[in-house]
Amino acid sequence: MMTAIKNYCVFLRRCAQIAFVGDWRYYAWMGTLTVFCLLGLNAYCRQFAQGLIVTGMCDQVSWGLYIANFTFFVGVAAAAVMMVIPVYIYDNEELHDLVIFGELLAVAAIFMCLSFVTVDLGRPDRFWHLIPGIGVLNFPASMLSWDVLVLNGYLLLNAHICGYLLYCRYQGKKPEKWFYIPFVFLAIVWAVSIHTVTAFLYVGLGGRPFWNQAIIGPRFLASAFTAGPALIILVLQVIRRITNYRITDKALLTLRSIVQVAMIINVFLLLCEIFTEFYAGGLHIASSKYLYLGLHGYHGLVPWIWTAVAFNLIAMVLLLLPLSQSLKWLNTACVLCFVGIWIEKGMGLVIPGFIPTPLGQIVEYFPSINEVLVCLGIWAFGLLTYSIFLRMAVPILQGELSKANEPEALRLMRN
Amino acid sequence: MSDQSPDKESQPDGCDEGMTRRSFLRKSAVLTTGLAALAAGLSPLLGIENFPSMQEFMQKYYKELTPEEMAKVLERIEREVEKQYGIRPHVRDLKPMDGVEYVYCLNLSRCIGCRKCVHACVAENNQSRNPEIQYIRVLQMQNGSFDMEKAVHDYNPEKVPEKGHFYMPVQCQQCKNPPCVKVCPVHATWKEPDGIVVIDYSWCIGCRYCEAACPYWARRFNFAKPSIPKERLNPEMDYLSNRPRKQGVMEKCHFCLQRTRAGSYPACLEVCPTGSRKFGNILDPNSEVSYILKNKRVFIQLKEELGTSPRFYYYFDV
Repeated sequence: MMTAIKNYCVFLRRCAQIAFVGDWRYYAWMGTLTVFCLLGLNAYCRQFAQGLIVTGMCDQVSWGLYIANFTFFVGVAAAAVMMVIPVYIYDNEELHDLVIFGELLAVAAIFMCLSFVTVDLGRPDRFWHLIPGIGVLNFPASMLSWDVLVLNGYLLLNAHICGYLLYCRYQGKKPEKWFYIPFVFLAIVWAVSIHTVTAFLYVGLGGRPFWNQAIIGPRFLASAFTAGPALIILVLQVIRRITNYRITDKALLTLRSIVQVAMIINVFLLLCEIFTEFYAGGLHIASSKYLYLGLHGYHGLVPWIWTAVAFNLIAMVLLLLPLSQSLKWLNTACVLCFVGIWIEKGMGLVIPGFIPTPLGQIVEYFPSINEVLVCLGIWAFGLLTYSIFLRMAVPILQGELSKANEPEALRLMRN
Repeated sequence: MSDQSPDKESQPDGCDEGMTRRSFLRKSAVLTTGLAALAAGLSPLLGIENFPSMQEFMQKYYKELTPEEMAKVLERIEREVEKQYGIRPHVRDLKPMDGVEYVYCLNLSRCIGCRKCVHACVAENNQSRNPEIQYIRVLQMQNGSFDMEKAVHDYNPEKVPEKGHFYMPVQCQQCKNPPCVKVCPVHATWKEPDGIVVIDYSWCIGCRYCEAACPYWARRFNFAKPSIPKERLNPEMDYLSNRPRKQGVMEKCHFCLQRTRAGSYPACLEVCPTGSRKFGNILDPNSEVSYILKNKRVFIQLKEELGTSPRFYYYFDV
């Protein structure tokens, strides 16, 4: 037992060490990300001291860029299942060794989500009120309490799966099926649940007609399964370029067909929503009007949402054409998907829910510089985390970092 | 990222033995720069004036406090307020009375939109003057329409009322089925037996989910540290109502429970020059509010279709 723990500590230690080692490009990349993290931290400290007054939010628009990004990244985290399902349910060979990159992305995305929620709190010092047992969690009534549980659960599930598989590979052992397959299937269901619960955060509010629609949940899933795999397609090519890890074009094209189908469903659901809103008309469409057309001379979001719609449509057409079997066009489509959905599901979903207010007042929202810096910091933090994960995982998967080549010094330490 | 073999100096597994003078210097330089950058990043924290004390940080949830603990908490709050404002307040924890359920009625035929209620409320309830927080929002409505999108929030004529308009003050509706209570992740807001929806300002984490959930835009958030001029502080306080709030928590109308649970009327009612505001115990068949709800032909619960069932009724003189 003691040897097992010691073995594991050596593994962790070697992983930690390798994260600090690389060529000049690696240092430049990690250094830049660290600088952005620190800028974000600085901006957050200012917010912590002075209050959320340093953001663009107010009583009329009480959630902004933080919650918008949170919502988007829950989708990215959930999208890891779109690699897991083909591999574990349809036995897809091409993607098999790549699943772990998707799961690591999910872990990094959840870290970002938790950061975005934390920076949005007015009293982060009281976060312990949320911890079951020592705090008072309003479960099951509050959708936010569900979100706390499912997000942390998803984090643990993915951390377990990735950690276990990598440690087995490190030891050169075959993973015990019973110790991870059940969790893989649980994680598939769980991924759907994190995004559904996040949608229900909004859907459950009867006083906000823009959100109080059953279609928001399905749209969340469709857009997540578009943007997530699109990001993974791009990430896999980056990994392929800077390491010699073998990733086939066929694997990328498998993901392409997922993005393709998800994008068609996403655009279809968007059409359903727009039709329902605008054809019947009535008073409750004020928010949609504000978003798409502008309301009483206020149209802060109009250029944004039409950019998103255009990006999504162009991406859909590209994905449908055989043209996008070439990586150049596939990458273009993926970037368009990612940006389009980030706008549509972030700001495009959160902000119009507050405009006009339930009392009919129109106050527009523009994020402050401090708020943008905090967001950039969290993005950098997410990328930094993911880069570290990859720095550890790739050599392990390639056998360069394994128990067999443990240096003498560490082996002595254990004895 | 690269898997080219890195230079020998920083070989991960050999670092313990191979520590040369040069690598030591380089590592210290990197470490120092890193720590300096971190310190610079954290520097705005130095601007925080009053960190929560340990007792405040560890304070239990309202409903879990024993009477002895509550007494200590009230004493501590009195001390804190005295330190900050130079006035020793009287902070109580008034409990709901048996057999009492409050109801508010507002006569839309009479209200002239003078906003005296708004300012009486600010003074009574120690709301922040900068940034400005107000619990009551008076809407100037078009005659003949109940469409709030056409309402004017910032009307400012020489004299009210203006022709062609009626006025509708909106504040917390103290719903019987409050969406804000349902969504709060930590139970920091709840409905008391006398019908008042209250907030434990010391338990709220400031997520603003309740603010998004409220269909009446009744909740307010302390985006910055509230500021109240010392001479304006109302020293008659209650734990769940008008004690000074901290930065980063929610607040809202609580039917002036520091007054109403002690037998007085809410401040907004007392100041109203037209008698538009009526308040009382709906369980008492002889109360004014019972009479209104029994005899007026039309009364309105705002956004009745949402099923929130407000305790705040709007009526007309018919």
